[in-house]
Amino acid sequence: MSSPEASHERPLSPHLQIYRWQITNTLSIVHRLTGFALSAGTLLLVYWLIAVATGPGRFAYAQALITSWPGQLLMLGWTFSLFYHLGNGIRHLSWDAGWGFELKTLRATGWLVVLFSLIMTGVCWWLAGAIPGIAP
Amino acid sequence: MAEFRLPKNSRVKKGHTFAAPEGARNVKRFRVYRWDPDAGENPRMDTYHLDMDTCGPMVLDALIKVKDEIDSTLTFRRSCREGICGSCAMNIDGTNTLACTLPIAGIRGDVKVYPLPHQQVIKDLVPDQTHFFAQYASIKPWLQTQSTAPPDKERLQSPEDRHKLDGLYECIMCACCSTACPSYWWNPDRFLGPAVLLQAYRWIVDSRDEMTGERLDDLEDPFRLYRCHTIMSCTNTCPKHLNPGKSIAEIKKLLVERKAT
Repeated sequence: MSSPEASHERPLSPHLQIYRWQITNTLSIVHRLTGFALSAGTLLLVYWLIAVATGPGRFAYAQALITSWPGQLLMLGWTFSLFYHLGNGIRHLSWDAGWGFELKTLRATGWLVVLFSLIMTGVCWWLAGAIPGIAP
Repeated sequence: MAEFRLPKNSRVKKGHTFAAPEGARNVKRFRVYRWDPDAGENPRMDTYHLDMDTCGPMVLDALIKVKDEIDSTLTFRRSCREGICGSCAMNIDGTNTLACTLPIAGIRGDVKVYPLPHQQVIKDLVPDQTHFFAQYASIKPWLQTQSTAPPDKERLQSPEDRHKLDGLYECIMCACCSTACPSYWWNPDRFLGPAVLLQAYRWIVDSRDEMTGERLDDLEDPFRLYRCHTIMSCTNTCPKHLNPGKSIAEIKKLLVERKAT
């Protein structure tokens, strides 16, 4: 090995830039992102409650904001975030109990959580009557 | 704190391209990370077109072919070429594995070869593992006892207790798992990482070891152990098919159990 004085400063090998996205690391980062999203969503809920308490004018404004299409898109995102974070949270709980670490199980429970959150998001919006044409 | 971008001196530039020999009909492209400590330049990706009809089956065979026939300055670690020494651990096709046990035929498209991720590079595919092995030494990876050894025989172990070491003793410390772990990328100085924690667990569950409590004390730390967020890249990438993620969970369980009793 050459002495530190003689060599140039060592580079850091690439990491995030080159590592393959797999079901394991992808679901992990999605768990974190949905966690952030839910924290932000709680602020919206607080805003909505304040609007309710302030009076009809404010409430109507808040309501219009939420029912506009960008508002609805965010609501859809938060619905998914809620069910994903819930489902994957249960997955984390089972890991804490020492269950579900085999690669096969890991992948199966991972896809199960994705499926669960998609279905539950759909069911939730259907129950809310938000899907036109097919009211419950 | 997590630094997602590479430092300026580490960003990878375009490199040289080496054509396949004339008449080659079965050509595969290998894109290999190169960094020369004496050149004063950024790392680069060199491209080698190799004739697969005259190349061995594994990625390591291709690297040796490049070194023998195209560029003898290509630097990488290798020794056993049968997946037991752990020297040729590197990032191939996006995941960490041993170059000697990964068949080229299984890789679609170009074969991209990088050093193990988020490590200081000494040269080309050779990362500096000083810190990694210092962390390994820190968990005291040897049998620690307080009782006097039996004078006429070894410290014995029941077959059941011996089975507890299966899936642990096979670890070859290649560092594939630790350098696949984003938590280890962001906190390499304080988090021990999956490989070292699997080794720690190997000594914790050894029925002959008499320092289990002290070993657990040393790990009960927000960073050394609990930076593991069960991302599970470790288990997904282990070339020996071991389960470092599960070992870490078992350590966490032991810590909870001993609090409860």
